[in-house]
This record gives sequence, C-alpha cells and structure tokens, in this order.
Amino acid sequence: MIDRKITQQISSAEDLAKVAAEQLEWQAQYQHRVFVCMGTACQSVQSGAVLAALQTEIKNKGRENECLVSPGGCQGNCASAPLVSVPEQDLLYQTVQPADVEEIVDALAGKPVSRLLCDNKGDFFSKQNRVVTNHRGLLNPESIEDYIAAGGFRALLKALAEFSPDNVVQELQKSGLRGRGGAGYPTGLKWSTVAKARAEQKYVICNADEGDPGAFMNRSVLEDYPFRVLEGMAIAAYAVGASKGYVYVRAEYPLAVERVTKAIRSAEKHGLLGNKIGSMSLDFHVEIRLGAGAFVCGEETALISSIEGGKGLPCPRPPYPAESGLWGMPTLINNVETFANVVPIITNGAEWYATIGTPRSKGTKTFALSGRIINTGLVEVPLGTSLRQMIFDIGGGVPDGHKFKAVQTGGPAGGCIPEEHLDATIDYETLMELGSFMGSGGMIVMDDSSCMVDVAKFFMQFCAAESCGKCVPCRVGTAHMHDMLDRITKGEGTMEELGQLESLCDVVKFTSLCGLGQGAPNPVLSTLRFFKSEYLAHIVEHTCPAGVCAPIGQDIRRPTCALSP
Amino acid sequence: MSVKTRAIRKIDAVKVPSDDKRWLIVAAAMRKHGSAQSALIETLHSVQSSFGYLDDIALAFVAHSLRIPLSKVYGVATFYSHFRLKPQGKHNCVICMGTACYIKGSVKLLQKVDQKYGLKVGNTTSDNQFSLLEARCLGACGIAPAGIFDGRVLGNLSPALVESQLDSWLKESTANETKSPS
Ligand SMILES: Cc1cc2nc3c(=O)[nH]c(=O)nc-3n(C[C@H](O)[C@H](O)[C@H](O)COP(=O)(O)O)c2cc1C
Ligand code: SF4
Ligand code: SF4
Ligand code: FES
Ligand code: FES
Repeated sequence: MIDRKITQQISSAEDLAKVAAEQLEWQAQYQHRVFVCMGTACQSVQSGAVLAALQTEIKNKGRENECLVSPGGCQGNCASAPLVSVPEQDLLYQTVQPADVEEIVDALAGKPVSRLLCDNKGDFFSKQNRVVTNHRGLLNPESIEDYIAAGGFRALLKALAEFSPDNVVQELQKSGLRGRGGAGYPTGLKWSTVAKARAEQKYVICNADEGDPGAFMNRSVLEDYPFRVLEGMAIAAYAVGASKGYVYVRAEYPLAVERVTKAIRSAEKHGLLGNKIGSMSLDFHVEIRLGAGAFVCGEETALISSIEGGKGLPCPRPPYPAESGLWGMPTLINNVETFANVVPIITNGAEWYATIGTPRSKGTKTFALSGRIINTGLVEVPLGTSLRQMIFDIGGGVPDGHKFKAVQTGGPAGGCIPEEHLDATIDYETLMELGSFMGSGGMIVMDDSSCMVDVAKFFMQFCAAESCGKCVPCRVGTAHMHDMLDRITKGEGTMEELGQLESLCDVVKFTSLCGLGQGAPNPVLSTLRFFKSEYLAHIVEHTCPAGVCAPIGQDIRRPTCALSP
Repeated sequence: MSVKTRAIRKIDAVKVPSDDKRWLIVAAAMRKHGSAQSALIETLHSVQSSFGYLDDIALAFVAHSLRIPLSKVYGVATFYSHFRLKPQGKHNCVICMGTACYIKGSVKLLQKVDQKYGLKVGNTTSDNQFSLLEARCLGACGIAPAGIFDGRVLGNLSPALVESQLDSWLKESTANETKSPS
C-alpha cells in the first residue's frame, strides 16, 4: 500500500501544523484520488479485493505518480456496497467488482462509468448534516497523517494551550451537548461533576458496547474516526483531571477493535497520547477492553464491573460513577459519539454547535436506518428533524409496495411509533412523550408484514435473555411477560391477562434496579398504546392481521390434537 | 507470538497444563496485565481465541494463575454469552437475530438450517462439521439479514444462500475424506 508515514514526535501546535501541511502537500501531488470503503459492510462484499485491484491497475498503467488509492470510511448507504468514491469528480460508484476497476481508472478525469454510478446528490445524502461523520468516508481511517492533515488533534492541542480545564467544561456546557448513549444527560454537567471530585486517580471510559440490536452508528464512528474518539477522550481527560482511559468495545466488532488498537499505538508513538501530550502537562494512557456478549454491560455500572474483571452486574446508583466508578474512583463515562462530538465543539466553538438542533436537543445525531426501508444505512441529521423526513426523504420509504406501519427507536427499551406521529421531531423529549426513547440511534422501520405483538414478544425475549438476574422484577417479570405475550400470539391469551400484562409492565418499569428492567416494558406499552387492535385481534378473533403468527385469515391457535383440523 | 518459553515458565509460578504452545499465548496475555485479577475476562478471551472454547482444564489454569476462586471464573465464563464451554465444529455459522435481521426474516434462515440439517442454535452437527450460533446484532444491519461464516460477515442472506454456504462446507469435507485414505 502506498502510504506516507511520519516518524516525528509532535510536541506543539506548530509541529502539528507542519505535519498537516506536509501531508497535504504530499496528497496534492496526486492529481487523482480514489477512496474504497473499507467499512464492515463493504468488506463483507470484498471491497478489499477492489482496493487491491485498483492499486494493481494503476501500477500496471504506470500511473502511480498521479493516482492515489486509499482505504476510506463508510459512505452511509452500505446496502450498495462495495462503494468507491472519486472526490474530485464528486462521484460515487456502487456495487463495484474487481473486474470494474479498469473502467474506473480509465474514467478518472474522463467520462464517468455510468452503469456503476450511485446517485450521491439525492435526498439520502443532501438532507443530512454531517458533523461527527463530516469526512463522508473520504479519510483513511488508519492513517494518523491523514487525520492530522484533515485538522486532527488541533482541538486537543488548542484545549491544552488555550483553555483551562474549567474552560473546557464550560465550553461543553455552553454547547448543550447531551449524552449520545441513550438517556441524554447533559455532557458538560457530567464533566463538571467528575472535575469537582477530589481523588488521586480518575478515569475516562468510552462506552462502545453498542448492544442495541439494529444499531451500528458507534461501530461506524469507531471504524472511521478512531483518532477523533481518542482525541475527544483526551480532551475529556484534561477537563476532568484523569490520566487513564478505557475504550470498552464489544467483541462482535473486530474491525473497530483493530482500528482503535492501532490508533492508540500510533497516537502514542507521536506523542499525542501517553505522557506529556504535546509536551504539555497532560498524561493520558488509553487501553482497550473487550466486551464478551452481555447486553447489560452497556449499562455504566455493569460496564465498570466488567472492566474490573467480574460479571457485568449493575449496582444501584447513587453513587454515580462520576463520584465512585472504576476501582471506586471518580469516573467519566460517555458514549463513542459523545466523545466524537467534543472535537468539533472545541474546534468551532460552543456557539456554533448550539445553532444546530432544537432548543433542548442540540447538535446532530447519527442513526442506523434499517428494516423495511429502501435506503438502509448510516445517516446523520440535526436533532429536530422529523421522523417523516428521516424515513421518507432520506430513507426513501418502504419498498415493494408495502405500507409503513411503525418505526422502532431506542432498542429494547424503546417503542414503536405509528404513522400518525411521523411528523414528530427526533429529539430526546418528543420521543420520550411518544413512549419511545432516543437510545443510541437505531431506527428500524416496519411495514404491514410485521405483527406488533410478535415484535413486542421479540424484544421481551431479548430482555429476558439478557436480564442479568440480579433483581427480581426484571429477572422474573421479563420471563413472565414473555410468557404472556407468547400465549397471546398463540391465541391463548384472555382479556383478563392483557390487564395483568399491563400492570406487570408497571411493576417492572418502576421497581427494577437498572435501565434494562426499567425499559423492558416499553415495547409492550408502546405497542399497546398504538396498536391495541392487533392485540385484540389475537385475543378475541384469534387471528394475526399481519400474517406472522399464522397465515392471514387462519386461526392462530395450535390444533390441540394432531387429528383436529 | 515471539515469547520465549523458558522466560514465561520462570515468571509464572503456575505451570501451564501441557506443552501446547497455545498456553504460552494465554500466559502472555495474563502477564501483559500483570496477572491482576481484573485480567480475568481478557485472559478468557485469549483462551477462547487460541483454543476455540474454554474447557475445565483452561478454567482451572486461569483460576489458579490469577488466584481467583474457580467458582468465580466459572461464573464469569458462563455469564458472558461470548464464551463457549463446549468444543465447536470445524466450521462456524452465526446468524444474526437482532431486530433489523429479525424484521427482514432471519427466523427463516434458522428454520432452513433446522429443516435441512436438523441443527438448532447452540449445537454442532454430530460429525462436528459445523456449529450454529445466533448473534444479537453484528452491526451490519444495513445489509440485513446478516451472518458470519467462519469469521466472514455476509449480508442480504436468503435461506438458499445459507444452504449453499453450508453445503459447500459439507462438500469440502467429503472431498477431504475421500482424499485422505489414498
Ligand atoms: C441496559 C443498558 C444498556 C446500555 N447500553 C449502552 C450502550 O451500548 N452504549 C452506550 O453508550 N450507553 C449505553 N447505556 C447507557 C449508559 O449506561 C450510559 O448512560 C452512557 O454510556 C453514558 O454516556 P453518555 O452520557 O455519553 O450518553 C446503556 C444503559 C442501559 C441501562
Ligand atoms: S433471595 Fe433469591 S433471588 Fe434474592 S439473592 Fe437470594 S436467592 Fe437470589
Ligand atoms: S433490571 Fe435486570 S439487568 Fe438490571 S440489575 Fe435488575 S435483573 Fe439485572
Ligand atoms: S461500510 Fe461501506 S458504505 Fe457503509
Ligand atoms: S440486527 Fe442483524 S446485524 Fe444488526
């Protein structure tokens, strides 16, 4: 691979500017640049082979001094993978095969290969506002040189040189950034609590457990912007006075693990992590920790006990990790995307950030659009965008002539929002009012082929299986609710039981120890609120209107004897 | 791994269970974390990536080396669904059962495997050819339904695609069997 590697230590803003200028100059000597997406989805359809083929082709044609092919990040529309982009022509090629590379190389500076073109001017791209994913895949995720050339680590050195730790916290508070891990706790406030805590040792943890099924934004951000997440963590460490950090990544994300591991090493090598960062007073060491397939470990106290080497069992809060977290020390724990937002906030200022979004939900949010929708993939929009814009403009609507039924947000603690509320805006409060939840950003679209009772049962099965078992309401309640839902889908439920289900939801919601149990009833409550008729169809008429529990029109009850019809 | 055998044996008071070189990787993983008790999960990860699963010998060795009660090691190993206590088949098929994949019909994929090969989630075929596992979400929801076949993520799966992948493993093994006696 043709890559420029620097060896020097970076010990000042001047050093950084020099490295950036040199890298830009090096890039500029290439007339043509081509990026091949090396994200998880694209790699699954052999984008690596396309990258290699492009490099060989360019070499064979003797054009290696004018064309530079680099690995790039996710373009967002992963369903059209593998994707190849040619930024100078503003072109995006989709479903590229190694056999296509000759045409692509020949077309550089010429007429595009029209049969491979992906419409990158359409609503899917133009209606987004990318702050966290601003490089749109046109950044080599493994190159610290390219990251620096694109302005990387400037925010960190600026914060160290021009801001006191207090100023950084204030800047975050002014920006209005709220936690992207789900609950939306004001980030600046959390930072100030940790900053105020007195202790010999403090920690910064990046929560990259992303356990919500149907959510992959954090994976994408880690894969594409590992340096930015680390930079955000280092700024946080400076602000709160921590010297040690952990990135807790789920083991299901091998590529993200690899990229973050490499990024830590290369930042250390150049003096941008480790002791005396940028020759200034900050010492910050980061280590990676792997999850091991327990959803509850996304919960902050469970995550902490997992880093300590134990079972991921949540603990009652208070004390919050900000006061007593890892090894009993004050610990700042934020989501991947929260940290990734810190860099643009410091670079462009809190005032700029606060202009994006709504009065109470500032900034942008990444979402993973999936399910029954034409354009699946990763998108980033300002908070306050309506669900309708998201699903019908950006997402392109529901395919195959089916009818939209609901969008599920917030993962297993979220809810299903029906058609009549599609004009609601995406922000923390509005989603909560609709009985759903921002969550980490999964958005799963369902059409008339999904049965909402079945969906509720699906989530309950998930929660029952993932319940850590520490507290009774969740351990017993989720299993029992799952049982009741199962009976309803088999036509064995009664109206009396439906009432019991509702009151059990209440008990579990209000008496469980952690967010898993507290949120588990939400999918049931929201489907009961908006799709009660489907429950009634199962209970009273013994039919499944969507044809999931039994073909449409057929009785969902199992025959009691093999001989009965 | 370029660790020197002798060096490790000297540092670790606990002797590795056998001459199998893979134990050296495990021992190195423990040393990297100063053999601290908090290294338990990292150590189990290294055992599983070296041996494919955690057996009793491995659990006892880890417990002993890190000075953690075996019951706790067992507790942690069984708490996390990533850790497997049974040997796995030669090949490995993971079907995602996360929300996006579920909505896009991943149940049908599992049904197909059950129908055709009589294999349910968590089990391995009787000839040890392949294991079937399910996942919560692979983060590949954009190409749902997705699965992992021997470490390779594949998207937009259909029952037929899964079948052809599994059949190719079976074919490869029968080909090997007919070859081996000659
Ligand atoms: C069951 C459960 C799972 C969670 N999973 C995640 C997760 O995968 N990623 C995450 O960032 N936060 C997750 N959270 C929220 C964390 O506990 C915590 O609030 C968050 O990491 C704080 O970061 P933020 O303020 O930046 O959002 C989860 C919470 C619960 C109750
Ligand atoms: S009372 Fe029951 S559930 Fe509670 S800790 Fe004891 S054994 Fe566990
Ligand atoms: S609510 Fe559920 S997951 Fe949370 S502590 Fe209780 S049993 Fe464990
Ligand atoms: S992974 Fe390549 S476009 Fe998303
Ligand atoms: S739900 Fe299957 S990959 Fe996310």
